[in-house]
Amino acid sequence: MIDIGQILLDLWNDSGFAALAAGFGEGGWQNLVMIVIACVLLYLGIVKQFEPLLMVGIAFGCLLTNLPNAGLYHQELWDAFMDPDSPAFHSYGAILRDGGLLDIFYIGVKTSLYPCLIFMGVGAMTDFGPLLSNPKSLLLGAAAQLGVFAAFFGAVALNLISPELGFTGPEAAAIGIIGGADGPTAIFLTTKLAPHLLGAIAVAAYSYMALIPLIQPPIMNLLSTPEQRKIKMVQTRQVTRAEKIVFPILVTVFVALLLPDTAPLIGCLMLGNLFKETGLTGRLSDTVQNALMNTVTILLSTAVGATMVGTNFLTVQTLSIVVLGVVAFGLSTAGGMLGGVVMCKLTGGKVNPLIGSAGVSAVPMAARVSNLQGQKNNPSNFLLMHAMGPNVAGVIGSAIAAGFLLSVFG
Amino acid sequence: MLFLASQAADLENISLLNAGIVAVLGYALVFVGLIALMVVVIALGKVFSRKEKKSRQAPAPVEPAAEAPAPVVSDAAPGTAGQLKLYDTPPKTAAMIMAIVADTTGKPLNELRFISIKEVK
Repeated sequence: MIDIGQILLDLWNDSGFAALAAGFGEGGWQNLVMIVIACVLLYLGIVKQFEPLLMVGIAFGCLLTNLPNAGLYHQELWDAFMDPDSPAFHSYGAILRDGGLLDIFYIGVKTSLYPCLIFMGVGAMTDFGPLLSNPKSLLLGAAAQLGVFAAFFGAVALNLISPELGFTGPEAAAIGIIGGADGPTAIFLTTKLAPHLLGAIAVAAYSYMALIPLIQPPIMNLLSTPEQRKIKMVQTRQVTRAEKIVFPILVTVFVALLLPDTAPLIGCLMLGNLFKETGLTGRLSDTVQNALMNTVTILLSTAVGATMVGTNFLTVQTLSIVVLGVVAFGLSTAGGMLGGVVMCKLTGGKVNPLIGSAGVSAVPMAARVSNLQGQKNNPSNFLLMHAMGPNVAGVIGSAIAAGFLLSVFG
Repeated sequence: MLFLASQAADLENISLLNAGIVAVLGYALVFVGLIALMVVVIALGKVFSRKEKKSRQAPAPVEPAAEAPAPVVSDAAPGTAGQLKLYDTPPKTAAMIMAIVADTTGKPLNELRFISIKEVK
């Protein structure tokens, strides 16, 4: 006769409830807090619609990884993967052998596969026409990277206040890239420089991207006059198809030669764009934009969420990252706006400085905000196409900034 | 080797001064990279504009002139606001645009006059 009592006892002992109760004092409470945080993130994604395509996956990954005994993600395996003294150092075999489902998902983040594939989709969805018709908008894309480097400096400066609050050079670089307002770039750089901060940085980056319509307008109004905001920009020249085909090839060669570390990101971005522009690879462009992008988004978001383990996430550093992230976004917006104001003055009032704030990347949200602010000041003003130039320039700018930081700290 | 090790340690526990240098250098490099790209894009644009101009100026191949049929001029419908000119816009899209404008402005289509619709590329 089987011992039903023993079976029930074993079931209880194997359950996550028992694990939570037994280990509550030794970190179990952190799992509970993280589950609550996951629910808050799900609320933000579903109810408040903060980048729902990514936030829902990130939040659910966070929920799954913090369920005791589920064995979906093993932080200790990844710690061993990074430890040169461990036999599992840089061994994906060990991960595949001993890892759970989310560990296997995470391999795509660790190898930078997912951010690059997402960039390919972004490239296939991007029209570089506005940038080609107004190449000066590249300057605004550069100016709007101010927040990246200011936040990097700020993260290092926190060491002066307290070493607990501060960050090492590579960590500060990973935090700074939040200012680039470019999710895949932030994930790409953080995975290389500070993988233990990935969850916090990804959540901060995507949350602030969703908050762009709230963060940017006050800064835009502060740094420009009502007269400047009313400026109507004239239509720029038409771009030929040949130019649009040559551009991705040219940018890939140029940027990858300048900063070889950016080659995976820029290469994928421009390959996706080339698929779109040739007019002959419509099927590939469609797959990259839709099926592939959606598949990778699921894997990427869940894997990133899985890194939000309580012991890693519930630290003072996470709070610092949240604060530095918003500073980075604000300063990037200010940098772009100041660039726009300078351009406005230099061109004798032909450029509306509001398009400068679109240089923070975050395609196409930032360009939409520029357009909306322009229309608030002059209802007949349509800045969207003009703002798309700095917007896509920001994507290239943030990739260059990431490449620089990677070559210095990588 | 020792120099590289010490430099790696310097970057790991980076001082405020070094962080400032890295930040300024990085920001400058982004500018340099994008300015260089801007120059290349401007040059590219000039090359293609010149090419396009040349192809426009090139005389069209001469074909024996055929008697062109006289254009059919139909009488305009009573109360018409004239013909709508479409540039790179299919009629279906034009109809949709006109319907949207009428809906947004809250005015019936017969009170609106559309002169031309052009696709902005």
